[in-house]
Amino acid sequence: MESFWDWFRWLHEATGINLTIFYDPFDRGRFVSGFLTTVKLSAVCIVLSVLIGVVGAWLQGSRLRITRHVIYWYIQFFRNTPPLVQLYFFYFGIGSLLKGADVSGIPVPLISNVAWAIVSLSFFAGAFNVEIFRSGVEAVPTTTIEAAESLGFSRLRTYLFIVLPLAFRICLPALNNNLVNLVKTTTLAYAIAVPEMLYVSSQIWSDELNVPVMMNVLLVCYIALVGALVWVMHRWERAIRVPGFGA
Amino acid sequence: MLNRFFSIVVSGLLLGLVGATAASADVLDDIKKKGVLVVGSKADYRPFGFLDSSGKIVGFEADLAADVAKRLGVKVELVPVVASNRIQFLQQGKIDLMIATTSDTPERRKIVDFVDPNYYASGLNVMAQKSQRLTSWDMLRGKKVCLIQGAFYNKELQQKYGVDGIAFPGTAETYAALKNGNCIAFAYDDTAIVGEMLKPEWSGYEMPLDSILVVPWGLAVKQGEKAFAGFMSKTIADWHKTGFIQQLEKKWGIKPTKFAQEMRDKHK
Repeated sequence: MESFWDWFRWLHEATGINLTIFYDPFDRGRFVSGFLTTVKLSAVCIVLSVLIGVVGAWLQGSRLRITRHVIYWYIQFFRNTPPLVQLYFFYFGIGSLLKGADVSGIPVPLISNVAWAIVSLSFFAGAFNVEIFRSGVEAVPTTTIEAAESLGFSRLRTYLFIVLPLAFRICLPALNNNLVNLVKTTTLAYAIAVPEMLYVSSQIWSDELNVPVMMNVLLVCYIALVGALVWVMHRWERAIRVPGFGA
Repeated sequence: MLNRFFSIVVSGLLLGLVGATAASADVLDDIKKKGVLVVGSKADYRPFGFLDSSGKIVGFEADLAADVAKRLGVKVELVPVVASNRIQFLQQGKIDLMIATTSDTPERRKIVDFVDPNYYASGLNVMAQKSQRLTSWDMLRGKKVCLIQGAFYNKELQQKYGVDGIAFPGTAETYAALKNGNCIAFAYDDTAIVGEMLKPEWSGYEMPLDSILVVPWGLAVKQGEKAFAGFMSKTIADWHKTGFIQQLEKKWGIKPTKFAQEMRDKHK
């Protein structure tokens, strides 16, 4: 293994391509942890934002005007503001109001930067997901819903067992797009010092001054990450396809 | 047909590139021709480079830049830079000269030309609430410490002193994070902390440790600009000889440093 790492040291001396993330144990450690942070952050935000989308699209069809209004304004707020501004708003704006104190009375924040990134990015992508699911829900024929009603399904059960499964198949391509965007948007969390891949890379290129090399490493890593996500989603899309429905 | 079109376009582009590099062979001539010296300077580093109430960059280093321009007989234009982009700006020719509180390190010397002698020096210290009662660097081991992205000491602080660093893009975010308690201390140049603590909002804070990693600051020109580097070298020596650096320390309220005194004695 050691000689494998040393090959990259040789590569640096021979060609100037300085991949410290392979031969320098400290850089390797932080890059791997940055990669894993990006993966975890993306996974958690994907799950939460899809949940927000499903619940939000259900509430959009609520009979209560106030619920519909809340969802409307939630979407307006999160869709019409840049995600970086949202991160700063949560971390520096709200975060400075939510302060506890440790045993010696020194103020400590109640919510960490990682938690704020998850909250902010999930709500950001969730706002788009609500609209994406709505497009699916609205594409389900009213006759199908009427059929469910005549069989005695309640509104919630109609949504869960009839509308959502059909809507899901319709809106999966649009959902894929938004989730791909979400994975790429996690890079913004570097602004509030979440140690994800862009953050650790910028630390590494500041120390080692190998900016072009690290930029390429970043590109390759994101292509691989997003490629994996798209592959999984396409497999899923095919697996749940109902022949003759939709397209 | 299409192939030929592409080969013409590509060779045209290549010629253009060659022409561009040949034209900017000597930056000193270019500056005199343009009549403007473009200097990369900090805009968030009181009192070395910061924004005054009209939004202009002023400070210790802005004065140095103005002096260089005066000696060249041209106007000065200050471009705000931060630690993580200043070297790239110089490499790309966006700035002619970098006077941006840059520590002179061997790694950086490989990619831009630092001018000898060094014009200033600073060490690393921390800014923390008095109630933290910090007395040694060891007390920071495993604790959250705010850093600036791109600072040269980040790696050493995390590797050797074991701090749990959280690094932000600029000082404004970092000071906000320190105030919010996102970190227990902010590790930064002692020279900048002294300047920042002049503000009344930091009355509960202190700079409690002994400065470590004292390194000289260098101003730099693009690699290979020998004539400009030679001119700057003479200029800096003159700054030390005439006591210009010490005058600026006094003007901007910086405690007189040993470095400035030693350099003055050396160049007398």
